[in-house]
Order: sequence, then structure tokens, then C-alpha cells
Amino acid sequence: MLLVRGLFATVIAFSLGIAARPAAAAEDTIKVAYIDPFSGPFASGGDEFLKVFGYILQKVNADGGALGKKFEVVPFDDKLQPAEALIALKNITDQNIPFVMQCTGSNVGAALVDGVSKHNARNPDNRILYLNCGALATELTNEQCDFWQFRFTGNVEMRAAARIKALPADIKKVYLLNQDYLFGQSVQHDTKKWLEKLRPDIQIVGDELMPFGKVQDFSSYVAKIKASGAQSVITGNYNRDLNLLIKAAVDDGLNVRFDTYLAHLIGGPTAIGSAGENRLSSVTEFHPNVPVELNKPDAEAFDNGWRANHDTDFSEVPFLTMFQMLAKAIDKAGSTDPMKVALALEDMKATDMVGFPVQMRKEDHQISMPYYAAHFTKDVKYDSEKTGLGWKTDFIASSEDLTLPTTCKMKRPKS
Amino acid sequence: METLLISVLNGLVYGMLLFMLASGLTLIFSMMGVLNFAHASIYMLGAYLAFTISQFVGFFPALIIAPILCGLIGAAIEIWGLRRAHQNGHIAELLFTFGLVFIIQRVVQMTWGMLPMPYRVPPSLDFPLFVLYGSNFPAYRGFMLLISAAMLLSTWLLLKKTRVGLIIQAALTHPHMVSALGHNVPRVFTTVFAGGCLLAGLAGVIGGNYQTTEPGMADSMGPIVFVVVVFGGLGSLAGCFVASIVMGMIQTFAVVIDYSVADVLRPLGLAISGDTLLTEVLTVPVARIGALLPFVMMVTILFFRPRGLMGTRDT
Repeated sequence: MLLVRGLFATVIAFSLGIAARPAAAAEDTIKVAYIDPFSGPFASGGDEFLKVFGYILQKVNADGGALGKKFEVVPFDDKLQPAEALIALKNITDQNIPFVMQCTGSNVGAALVDGVSKHNARNPDNRILYLNCGALATELTNEQCDFWQFRFTGNVEMRAAARIKALPADIKKVYLLNQDYLFGQSVQHDTKKWLEKLRPDIQIVGDELMPFGKVQDFSSYVAKIKASGAQSVITGNYNRDLNLLIKAAVDDGLNVRFDTYLAHLIGGPTAIGSAGENRLSSVTEFHPNVPVELNKPDAEAFDNGWRANHDTDFSEVPFLTMFQMLAKAIDKAGSTDPMKVALALEDMKATDMVGFPVQMRKEDHQISMPYYAAHFTKDVKYDSEKTGLGWKTDFIASSEDLTLPTTCKMKRPKS
Repeated sequence: METLLISVLNGLVYGMLLFMLASGLTLIFSMMGVLNFAHASIYMLGAYLAFTISQFVGFFPALIIAPILCGLIGAAIEIWGLRRAHQNGHIAELLFTFGLVFIIQRVVQMTWGMLPMPYRVPPSLDFPLFVLYGSNFPAYRGFMLLISAAMLLSTWLLLKKTRVGLIIQAALTHPHMVSALGHNVPRVFTTVFAGGCLLAGLAGVIGGNYQTTEPGMADSMGPIVFVVVVFGGLGSLAGCFVASIVMGMIQTFAVVIDYSVADVLRPLGLAISGDTLLTEVLTVPVARIGALLPFVMMVTILFFRPRGLMGTRDT
């Protein structure tokens, strides 16, 4: 049976690999390969991000692209499997594409950091730059940092710092519930670290790891949370692991806050709905009400341009910042040579869409950027995914607030 | 004590949902000797159809229409697909249903998109039925119990008290004899397959808003249903029922148990500490590996009793 399963997986992987191969571009463009899941249970993320990149590129290309050329995103499916991602990487380097992005999954991110580093060491004339837009595990810019990786989104520890800073002062008892894999454990570790540092008055009444994506019935977890007397559940759960948890809590009548890291992810607001009203909070990179709150009409117009054609929210400001910084670096380097572009990106300062300063730190190639802690409420101008509820900012953690020390000891290539 | 009672209730609700799915599968499995991989996909289809139908005519008509549609889809699959594949043996059938999983998944994604559907419990059932030690027991869970109990009763009546049931039962245990006696076995196959799909669809209708309706729901439900069928035993609806309830209870209770193997060994004077090869395995709390327990039980029962709990034939 296993053999049959493996055989089928191979056949399907093969056919999808062919389908994902791009048509030859008619005009000369700067290609950026994009590895993410486009099939399997996590396909919703990759699919959505691809649309977002399409929207972002309209703007970046209208602003002139880089070196007078337009950017083109070339998608590759990894099914959220590190092995598949490495096959895709081989395919990408064979096509001499100089940049590869990946926005979902720290396990895949870790494999790519390693894969890209080895490839570049062995093929100095065909190098590639890894633009990390969503592999969040803190290690990737600490112990596992690499010259060829640039992370354009906040890592788990930065998010944890923002998460804890945004907790209301009257919270005294919290329950930690996380998924039992690299990301969840990273969240668990960094949450505890920052609770200790910033809020020693808070007591951790429960600390638990649950199987990732396997739990069907959360009512027992709800019973445990209730018995613990917690006021807030701090969780890195996302997708069904978060939706079912909140649903079960509402069914039970349990009255606690859910202070999450990723509830704003695509599909979350739809699945949670009014169950999350005034009790759900998240740490976002951006949400549609930020421009309203900060009175930034340009950003609001850009966001509305997305809302006009999509039912989902545009919250991927870091993706836009990434392309703007990449364009600037390519212009500065005068070519798409990964080495020159990497050097141009180091210590680059920029301003994001809202107007806040961001910076790519040379030491560990981690961007510093602001975070908006927000809660889910009816009291907003723009709702989320047509649910009637939207995100309202409680606290802005600035990029200085979130510039944290790193343990990175980067090996730099000589030329 | 209060956690115990609440967990029993929740385990029962989840177990009954499992039973709805597994009962259809076990009938198909027993009769055709083939695990229908696409069974959980029909469950997903039931949820999506119910969501769409309920937007037009409300939840309760959808509760009837969606399972019937699923039954028709099942009949079509059997008549135009499985029957042909059947001529080439069991492996062909198996591969056929395996392919269906991917096709249905993709069709669902292309029709309804990749995101979860806002499929909610109908307002008329969205209230707490009663309060137990400060915890609400939602009316919808009571409704689920009611539906699954009604389904159990009607399936039992159909199988035990009607002539159709008589033939199906005979075909479960002695398929060759039944065909030798001149019954239209292909039609019995179609009926059972359609009936199984109807039950899966019904489970989808009431499971879709109890959990979430999304393209991943078939993947998350599929493996556990197979475990129930194998554990319960081939050709035995009663075994399937017991297995469903047991699996539901296990998954619910495992979460509440914070002890690990090391905690059990400690009173015996065996302290486990340090960083040996087994430390991780022995000190992990049961709650963390709860989802694994059904599979452990399946492996164990296959080892000691290959025909399952109440099976009448070997797997």
C-alpha cells in the first residue's frame, strides 16, 4: 500500500512540476522564483500569496521595476515539503534564476538556507539569493544564519516581543497552547522568554504542545483551559488548529481572550467569524485599518485597490517592502548578480508603505520592521474578509522596539 | 469528576460523527473487499454541498438534499467507474478510488476555492442546551447525537428487518454464495456504495459546521476513519459502532491526561532523567501524542486479532 501511495505521489509531483514550469517570457524580465505550497492542505496560503505578488508587482513595475526591466514571479510548488523545495531549487538554478523567495514554513526555510548556501559554494558562477518572506523560526537568522539569506519579515522572537508588550495590564494568568513542530516550539520558547522579561507579574497556568493539524475535537482542551483559570490563551496556532479551538471555546461558553500570533492569516477571520469578537487579538504586519488610524490616504488607496477585486485582506506590506528594497539594491548594484545585490541590501534603509522606517541589518540579514497588535471588533472602517468584523490596532511596536540582539556568526564569501 | 463527565459527552459526539462516516465505509469495505479511499472526500463534498444549498433554502432542507446528492454521486461512481475497474481486480479498484481522492479535492478547490467556507450552525440550533458544571453543552451537539442515533436505528432496521437488508447481510459474509443464488449482485453493490456515500454526505452536512468546511477536511478525517473500520472489524456494524465510540473517547480523554510513561514508572523506583536515547519518548505527556493513540491501537489489534474487534472475516 505504501508503495502505491509513494508511486502516486511521485506521478502527481511530476505532473504538477511540469504544470508549474513557466512559459518563456516574451520580454526581458528580472525573474524571481517563488517556492510555496500550491497543492495539498496548505495550498490556500501559496495561492493567495501568488495573487498578492501579482498585485504588488503591478505597482513595483509601474514604478519602473529595476534597471528598466520588469519583475516576473515564477511559481514552484513545494507542498510544504523540504525535499520538494530542494528539487524546485535545483530546477530554479538550472534555469539561472538569480532570486528565490519562500513565504511558508520554517522547515522548508531551514532546508533552503542550507541548500542555497551549498549550491552557491559549489557553483560560484551560478549563485542564487534566498529572499525569506515567511519562514519565521528565530534560529534562521541566529544559529543558522547565512550570507545568502535575507529575511524580510519579523522572526518569532520579534513577534513574541510585540505580542507580550501588547497584552493588557489586567491579564495575570495565561495559558500557552502551541503546535508540536518547529514553529510552535519556537513560539512557546520565545513567548515564555518575553513573559519573564516584560511581564513577571503574569503567571503561566498552562503550557502545552498539541499535535499539529491532527486534533479533531478541541472541547477537552477547552475544559483544561477552563480548569486552569486562565484569562488569556496565548497561541501560535493557525488555520484549523486555531479555528476549531476558538469554536470549541465559544460553544462551551468559556470566556477568555485569545492572544494569537497568526489569527489574521488568510481564511482565519472567515472561519472564526463573530466567535472572535472582542476576544481575539493578533500580531499583524499590517491590516486594512492601519492607514485609517494613522491617516495615510496613499496606503489606504493601495489597500482599496486590492479590496475592489478580492474578498480577502491585503496585509502583506513586507512583501511590497521586499520588492522595493530588491529593486533599489539591483539598481545600486547595476546588475542582478546575487553577490552584488546581497552587498547592496546589507544595512539598506527604506520606508514602508505606511511611512515607517525599516532596515536590513548586516549582521544577520534580518529586517527590522514595525508590528501592529490588533483585536477583532465590529468598531472598524474596513472589515476582514466580508465578516463584518475587522482588526483595530491596540499597540504599535516600532522597528526600534523590535531590534533584538542576534547570535549570528555569519561566514561571508570572499568574492 | 466534572471534566470526566464533559469529556464523556464530547467523546460521544465525536464518536458518533466518526460512526456515521465509518459505517458506510465498513459496509463498502466488507462487501467489495476494497477500502474506498474517496470516502472522506465524499464527506467533504457533503459539507460543501450543504453549505451551498443552505444559502438558498436553509439548513434543514440541505440536511436532506445534500446527502441524497452525495448518494447519487456515489451511485454514478460505482456504475460508471468502479464496476469497470472491478473487472481488473482489487488493485485496480483501489487505485481508482485513490485517484478519485485527488480529483475530488481539486474539483472542490476549483469550485469553492481554497479558503474555509463560512458554514455556520443554524441560528435555531445555536444556543446552549444545558449547563453542566459551568460548561455549556451546545444544542447543536445534541442535534448531532440525535441525527446519528436516528441514522444508526434506521440502518439497523434496514439491514435486519427488510429483504434488501437480508441480501446485503448475506453478501457481507458470503458474497460468492449470494451471486451463485442468482441475486443481482452488481445492483446490491451500487445500492451499498450509494448508501455508504449518502451516510458520508450526511456526516459531512452535520460535521461541516461542527468543525470547519475547508479543502483539508478530507485529509484530516480520512486516516482516522480507516482506523475505525479496521479496528471494528470487517463486516460488523456493531464492531464499527464500538470502535467509533472508543476512538472518540480515546482522542477526547488523551488530551486530559498530562502523565507520561516516566510518571508511571517513578513510583516503581525507576527515575528517568538525563539525556538518554529514550528520555524524549518516555517523558512526553500522553496529551501531546493523543492523536497517535488510535493508530497504535490499530497496529496492536492487527497483531493480536487480525479480524478486528468483532469482525467475521480476516482483513
